[in-house]
Amino acid sequence: MSATADVTRTILPENDSIHEIAPGKIAIWWFLASEIMVFGALMGVFVLFSFSHDFAADGAHVKWRLGAFNTLVLVTSSLTMIMALASARKHNLTQTRMFLLATVLLGFVFLGVKGFEYTTEIREGFTPATGMFWSFYFGMTGLHGLHVIGGIVVNLVLLVAALSRKPWDFLERRIEFAGLYWHFVDVVWIFLFPLLYLT
Amino acid sequence: MNVKSAEHDEHAAGFVRRYIFSVDHKVIAKQYMALSAVMALIGGGSSYLIRWQLAWPETSIPGWGPIGPDNYNALITLHGTVMVFFVAMPFLLGGFGNYLIPLMVGADDMAFPRLNAMSFWTLFAASAVLIASFFVPNGPAAAGWTSYVPLSDKAVYTGVTWGQNLWILAVALEFASFLMGGVNFLVTGLNLRARGLTLMRLPMLVWMEMTAAVVFLLSVGPLVAGAIMLLLDRVAGTSFFQPDRGGDPILWEHLFWFFGHPEVYVVALPGFGIILEVIPVFTRKPIFGYSMIVYSTLAAGLLSFIVWAHHMFVSGMDPRLASPFSITTIMISVPFAIIVFAMIASLWKGAINLASPMLFALGGLATFIIGGVTGIFLGSAASDIYMHGTYFVVAHFHYTLFPVLFFGGFAGMYFWFPKMFGRMMNEALGKIHFWVSFIAFNGVFIPLFLVGIGGSPRRIYELSSYEMLKPLQPFHVIATVFAIILLLGQIPFIVNFFYSMVRGPVAEKNPWHANTLEWTVSSPPKHPNFSPPPRVYRDPYEYSVPGAAHDWIAQNELDQQGAQAAGR
Repeated sequence: MSATADVTRTILPENDSIHEIAPGKIAIWWFLASEIMVFGALMGVFVLFSFSHDFAADGAHVKWRLGAFNTLVLVTSSLTMIMALASARKHNLTQTRMFLLATVLLGFVFLGVKGFEYTTEIREGFTPATGMFWSFYFGMTGLHGLHVIGGIVVNLVLLVAALSRKPWDFLERRIEFAGLYWHFVDVVWIFLFPLLYLT
Repeated sequence: MNVKSAEHDEHAAGFVRRYIFSVDHKVIAKQYMALSAVMALIGGGSSYLIRWQLAWPETSIPGWGPIGPDNYNALITLHGTVMVFFVAMPFLLGGFGNYLIPLMVGADDMAFPRLNAMSFWTLFAASAVLIASFFVPNGPAAAGWTSYVPLSDKAVYTGVTWGQNLWILAVALEFASFLMGGVNFLVTGLNLRARGLTLMRLPMLVWMEMTAAVVFLLSVGPLVAGAIMLLLDRVAGTSFFQPDRGGDPILWEHLFWFFGHPEVYVVALPGFGIILEVIPVFTRKPIFGYSMIVYSTLAAGLLSFIVWAHHMFVSGMDPRLASPFSITTIMISVPFAIIVFAMIASLWKGAINLASPMLFALGGLATFIIGGVTGIFLGSAASDIYMHGTYFVVAHFHYTLFPVLFFGGFAGMYFWFPKMFGRMMNEALGKIHFWVSFIAFNGVFIPLFLVGIGGSPRRIYELSSYEMLKPLQPFHVIATVFAIILLLGQIPFIVNFFYSMVRGPVAEKNPWHANTLEWTVSSPPKHPNFSPPPRVYRDPYEYSVPGAAHDWIAQNELDQQGAQAAGR
C-alpha cells in the first residue's frame, strides 16, 4: 500500500475464515452483545445502589421459593431447546416438534408463576413506586419477562414451521439461532435470581 | 431469507414493493437520505429561530413570529435531537452505509435485506413519533437533546407531559432501527466480501462504517436501560433519578454519556470514511498509512468507551474521577491526530484537483482540526470547569460534527451522485455551495468561541438581560447573520441536485477514474449489482502506480503476470 507499489501482482489470499460462519449466527451474537449492555447496565446500577440503599429489608418480601422454582423451569426449558436442536440435526421431526412445544410450554409456566408473584406482591402493597428495591425488581424482571415473551413468540413460529415440514436446513439454522437467544434469556435470569431474590 | 430470493421477489413485484417497501439496499439508502433531508429542513429551520432569538431577543422572527422561553427550550431540544439522531445517523450510516457497503465489498445486497427495510421503516415511525410530539397537550420535550434529569424526570419542571414520553419513545425506536442496521452493516462487511477482498483491502469507508456499527451496538445498551428507567419514573412512579426518594440524578448523565460520547464517533467515523475515499481520487495517489488509519480507528473505537465523564466535570460527580477521564480523553486525541495527519500526508505532492467533492473533503478536514484542537481545552478538567457551561462548548461541538456531517456528507453527495443517479452535478453551483457554506460556517462559530471564552452561558433564552454579557451581543448578531447566509447557501445545492438529476450530463461508469468496486458497475447500478460476482486482486487505492497504463487500477483488474499466475 505504498506509492511505489509494483504494478505486477500475484493472486492473493482468498477470504478469511469468517466466511464459514452463517451470517445469521454473527448477527445474533452481535444482537446479544448489545443486549448484554442493556441488562449489564441495569444490574451494574443495582449493585452500585445496593451499597447506599438498604435492599435487604425489602428483599425479604420477595417469594424466593417461587423464584427458585422459576429458575428450575427456565433452566429446564434451555435443556429442551437444545434437545430440539439435537433432534433437528438428527432429522427427527416428531422429537423436534415435541421439544419445541415443551420449550414454549415451560416459557408459559415461567410467565404464569411470575404473574402470580407480581399479583401477590402488589396485593401486599409492593408496587414499583414503593421504594428503590421494588423499582429495580419490577423494572428488571419486567424487562426480562418481555424477553421471555419474545422468545416464546419466536419458538411458536418455529413450532409452526416444524409442523408445516419446512426443509431441514431452514429448521436447523433457525432453531440454533433461536436457541442462542433463549439461552441468553436464561442466563440473564441466572443473574437476576441471586441479585433480587437472595439479597 | 437469502439475497437471491429477496431479489426474485423484487422483480416479480409491483410499484409499491419496488419503490416503497423495497428490500434493495440502493432504494433503502435513498429513502434514508430523503428522510434525513426532510428532517434537516426541520433541524435547520429550528436553528434559524434559535439564532434569531439570540441575536435580537424577543423580536418577531420574520416568517414565524415571536417565540417564548418555553418554545425556545423545545426548539433547542428539537434541534439537537433531530440533527444527531434523525439527520446525521440516517444520512451518514443509513444513506451512505447502505448504498456503498454492498457495492464496495462486491455484494448484491445487504446480508439481511428485509431487516434492512424494517430498519428504515422503524426509523420512519420514530420520526413520525417525534413530529407527533409537537401536537400533544402541554407541548413537546423541552429538556434538551440530552434530556437531563430532573428536567426530564418530573413534569413539574418543564410543564411537559406526553411530549417527553413521546421523545423517549422516538429515541428508543431510533435506537432499535440502528441496532438492526448496525448488525446488517457488520455481517455484510464481514461475510459478503468478494473473493480476494481481504479485510486489509477494504475501502476505508467500509472500515469506518463497520467500526461505527460496533461502537453503536456496544454503547447504546446503557442508554436503553436509562430510557426505560426514565420512562418508569415518569409513568410508573419509580424514583431511579429522584434524589428525594433515594434516586441519583447524576446516574442519568452517566448512562446518557456512556452512549453519548461513543455516538460522536458513530457519526464522525463514516464522515472520515467519505473524506478518505475522496482524497486519493482527487490527489491521484494512495492514502498515506492505510493500516495505521485502520488501527487508529479501532483504537479510537475502543477508547471511546472510557472517556464519557469528560461531559460531566461540572455535574457534581466525584471529583476524583476528573483526572482519569481527563487522561483518557487526551489519549483519544492521539488516534484521531494520526488519522488527520494521514489525511494531510495523503495530500502531500498529490495532483490535487479541486472539484466539488474534494473541496468539501478539504473543508471538512480543515474545520475538523479546529474542532479537535478546541476539544483538548474541554477534555482537560481544569479548563473545562471554566468553559463547560458556555458557548465555547457549542462552538466546539459544531466544529466536530459539522465537518463530518455537512462537509463529509456533501463531499460524499457530490462524489457518488453520478453513481446514484447516473448524471453529473454542476461544478459551478457546487463550488458556490462550498464557498458560501465554508465561509458562513466559520462566520457562525468563530464568534461563538469568543463569546464562550467571554463567559456567555449556553442554554439561556435571553442573554441580553445580563449586564455583563451586553458587550458580547455584537458577536451573537454576527453569528446569526452568518447562520442565515449558511441556510440560504444551501439553495444552490437544492437547485443543483434536482436540476442535475434530470438534466445533468449523463455519467459514465467511472467518471472520477476511481478504483473501488462500486465504480466497476453501471451508473446507477443495475439489479443485481454484480453479474458475475467480482474478484478482487488489489488494494483499494492504487493510483499513479509506476509503469501502469492509467493512473488508476481498479480493484478487480488483473494484470498480465497475475493472469498467468492464475492460469487464465
